[in-house]
Amino acid sequence: MLVHSRTGRWTAWALFAVLFVPLFALPLLVIVAASFSTHWSGAFPSGPTTAHYTAAVRGESLQALTTSLVTAVTASLVALTVGTWAALASAAMGRRGRRILDALFMLPVAVPSVVVGLAVLVAFSQPPVLLNGTRWIVILAHTVLVTAFAHQSVSAAVRRLDPMYEQAAAGLGARPSYVLLRVRLPLLLPSLNAAAGLCFALSMGELSATMMLYPPDWLPLPVLIFTATDRGSLFTGSALAVILMAATLLALLAVSRIRTRASFR
Amino acid sequence: MASASPGAVTVAAPAAPEARAPRSLPTWVWALPPVAVLALVFLYPLALVVQESLAPGAYAGVLASESFRDALVTTVWLAVASTAGCLVLGFALALVIAFVPFPGGRAVAKFIDVFLSFPSFLVTLALLFLYGTVGMANGVWTDVTGDATGPFRFLTTPWGVLLAEITYFTPFVMRPLLAAFSQLETAQLEVASSLGARPIRIIRQVILPEALPALAAGGSLVLVMCLNEFGIVLFTGAKGVTTLPMLVYSKAILESDYAAACVVAVVNIALSVGLYVLYRGVSRRAGA
Repeated sequence: MLVHSRTGRWTAWALFAVLFVPLFALPLLVIVAASFSTHWSGAFPSGPTTAHYTAAVRGESLQALTTSLVTAVTASLVALTVGTWAALASAAMGRRGRRILDALFMLPVAVPSVVVGLAVLVAFSQPPVLLNGTRWIVILAHTVLVTAFAHQSVSAAVRRLDPMYEQAAAGLGARPSYVLLRVRLPLLLPSLNAAAGLCFALSMGELSATMMLYPPDWLPLPVLIFTATDRGSLFTGSALAVILMAATLLALLAVSRIRTRASFR
Repeated sequence: MASASPGAVTVAAPAAPEARAPRSLPTWVWALPPVAVLALVFLYPLALVVQESLAPGAYAGVLASESFRDALVTTVWLAVASTAGCLVLGFALALVIAFVPFPGGRAVAKFIDVFLSFPSFLVTLALLFLYGTVGMANGVWTDVTGDATGPFRFLTTPWGVLLAEITYFTPFVMRPLLAAFSQLETAQLEVASSLGARPIRIIRQVILPEALPALAAGGSLVLVMCLNEFGIVLFTGAKGVTTLPMLVYSKAILESDYAAACVVAVVNIALSVGLYVLYRGVSRRAGA
């Protein structure tokens, strides 16, 4: 307890509320309120309606939602595989090798995602591999962007792993592949879950690289939200945004509910 | 352990590593598949961007243009100002959550975590309803004063982008700060306070030194992310606010001038990768 006087404590709390409510709580509330209304010309929205939601579960919007979900799941799974493999390989290497590998896999975080989009667009619009105009270019860019985060969180978990378990297994005669599949990966499962949730959330909300790449038949939800608000349909846009937030939250919740034996350790 | 005989040490040491040596591949071979994938989908495209930017006249043309220099200046000052704002705001809010606890404080900390998982453009979308031309703030103003229009029209200026970036990125500063505060020995605060130190002095002399590594790490991460921010600027829809990522997008997609887009991209990469290397150095030293 930093402040002991009663008035001091109330001042601190009041200051917190004054900063926190308008800056962080209000924006999310406002989007939810707007998604249920048709007008906002006074202090409060008016014309309560659920029409935006009934429109949002049909046609273009529904397709955008499934597009986003498919993209996010595919990108997360691939990113998790590549990121985990790299994390395990770098843990086995010497100090220099590990630093080089970690730096390589962290690079996509530092490079602006718009530039990742541009690079993928430039590289896969010319002969060796032609992906421009297909859905695969969007999925590829999402995978590149989230792999770095998957690698980062898994390699942090690998570093925290207690080497006793694998040494005990190896000492009892288990082959390296058996140690990997039956000891190390099960122990890593909780952090793999967390990394999967992170990747999924990032990919669901990805806009920058997607804006550079999306073909007309593969329109993820954030792009649809942008085109809606850009042509002035703010209320439709906020209904779509609420759906995006709900889908992300549900996925995060589902991932955090998955309990493995390792999390009971 | 110190009292073990020297003989025991020499016997124990050589037994382990030799047994498995002959059959296994060198460890770096296992690193090849993921590196090959990364090279194909990320490093090779990046190299092509650099190559394309070297087209004759591209650098001279872009660097001399007014729009590029404006975008560079706007990007840097917006990023620096947002980072400063995030640091001050994040420090103040984290202080209250950690050291002036109130019921619901844990829920607020959870909310901050959830906030991090939402995309940035939602903040701009929300600000349109709050401070837009027909938004909540202007609505209250016209209702109260009877004027035809409200006074809040800063959303399409850099100040709107600044407000959105501070709102969105402050949680990125708060999270490492809250982690650092939870490891701080509260007895230190009690001792300082029972010796008569006022809260301001405790913050300056006890809490701030402990929080500096977390502040540095969080601040440099936010700086990099602000330099690369695209969604917030795009949703603002302001013609007057052009940042480097926005310029890459408009050159490539709207003007189809790929050479110029690649030049801007290279400048942007240099700026943010340079800062990111700095961030890694800082956070490694901080142990974060």
